[in-house]
Amino acid sequence: MQGYLSLWDEYGGQMLSAFWGNLQLTFWAAIGSLVLGTILALMRISPVPSFRAFGTSYVNIFRNTPLTIIMTFGVLVLFGVFKVQFSSDFNLNFFQIAIVGLTIYHSAFVCEAIRSGVNTVPLGQAEAARAIGLSFMPAARLVILPQAFRGAIAPLGNVLIALIKNTTVAVAGSVAEISGLMKTMLEFRADVGILIFLTIAVFFVIVVIPVGLLTTYLSKKLAVAR
Amino acid sequence: MRKSRISAVAAMAAAAALALTGCGGSGGDTGDGGDTVKIGIKFDQPGLGFKDGEAYKGFDVDVAKYVAKELGFAEDKIEWVSAPSANRETLLETKQVDMIFATYSITDARKERVAFAGPYFVAGQDLLVRQDDTSITGPDTLTGKKLCSVTGSTSAKKVSDSYPGVALVEQGGYADCLGLLETGGIDAVTTDDIILAGLAATPANKGKFKVVGNTFSEEKYGVGLNKENTTCADINKAITKMIDSGEWEKSLKANTEGTGYTPNAKLNPPTPEPCA
Repeated sequence: MQGYLSLWDEYGGQMLSAFWGNLQLTFWAAIGSLVLGTILALMRISPVPSFRAFGTSYVNIFRNTPLTIIMTFGVLVLFGVFKVQFSSDFNLNFFQIAIVGLTIYHSAFVCEAIRSGVNTVPLGQAEAARAIGLSFMPAARLVILPQAFRGAIAPLGNVLIALIKNTTVAVAGSVAEISGLMKTMLEFRADVGILIFLTIAVFFVIVVIPVGLLTTYLSKKLAVAR
Repeated sequence: MRKSRISAVAAMAAAAALALTGCGGSGGDTGDGGDTVKIGIKFDQPGLGFKDGEAYKGFDVDVAKYVAKELGFAEDKIEWVSAPSANRETLLETKQVDMIFATYSITDARKERVAFAGPYFVAGQDLLVRQDDTSITGPDTLTGKKLCSVTGSTSAKKVSDSYPGVALVEQGGYADCLGLLETGGIDAVTTDDIILAGLAATPANKGKFKVVGNTFSEEKYGVGLNKENTTCADINKAITKMIDSGEWEKSLKANTEGTGYTPNAKLNPPTPEPCA
């Protein structure tokens, strides 16, 4: 117990700031993948065959690529070989590369979640939108997507939960976040090894459980009554 | 239906618990007089502990073989076990291995959970740079340079704590760092000198990199043991014998050949510390 308390003395502040890093990654990547995922979902339901083909290929490529590989690619190839610099600040650059990696990966899942929401919208809705003279984009914006999002809250919540936990993969991209700090703590404080694991698990549980409860509540509350 | 499912789950849990305790219990007595000895090494650290097909190579492996021989275990009685850094204490505590030779620095925090024999080598944090780079000669010439080290390693923490002017990239393994160093994404890789020398001595990297040779820390590599061990004194004797016989130096030379690396002569070869 004494050892565990001294772990908090030594690393408590660092743990919180590292976990804050995970939450920041989650925030930006969630926004990014929601935007990109919505665009991809529109492409997949659009009447233009080349858009549909692009959307399908994107989803199939990035959904089936391990996130670690995308992250490692960002650092070893984008940064290492092509010297891509999103930011002149050295560490911020890796942070941004990680956000891009997480966004690219998760937008494939967001796209599929939204598409599953689109499938809950009865075909008659689209036909009615067409009948009153709306073309594809206005029909999607005014009729289809609002209903689709309300039907897709539960799967979108799942994607968000996965994203929160997947931010730990950013350690492969040289971002200061909690799983990297965990390695440091294990290296220097081997005496409380298992407690380190449990502490970090609790950090995630504290964040993930409310997200789960909230999405379940919202998915019931906002479900379109048919 | 429901009842039978619950009892099936309970049976599975019981079986798992049995399997787990079976794991922990075996190998507990191999230290003295058992048939084989389980030795934990790194499988991915060229020059120190490296699994090359079916063979195990490196300086750690050579020392382990010598010590095992002195303890009465021929080479074919050794069971090699992979011991990644984060798992070393657990492997020893649960007696999944009898000894660990895996660039294992002796520290007080680790002594809380495990015992150490040795040291059999004293390494120091150093820098690996491209062969044609003359701008980096030691830690004081690093300001504004980009460095790479492994996430969570002692070396990474040392750099970020003591040299704030350095940009540090943290990667999962040293091979990734070497890739970045070769393409020019970074200027130097930092960790213990002997690890760098081992990396630079691999056939794929030969002639591309050099070890700077200006160490700025002291890492005593010990032999990790369970706290209940009875072999510590014998291991120390074996290490001393290996050093005296010249085998120690021969192995060190062979594993770092062609990198211009020589260990810190003031600290090497070390004298094993008395067992606690």
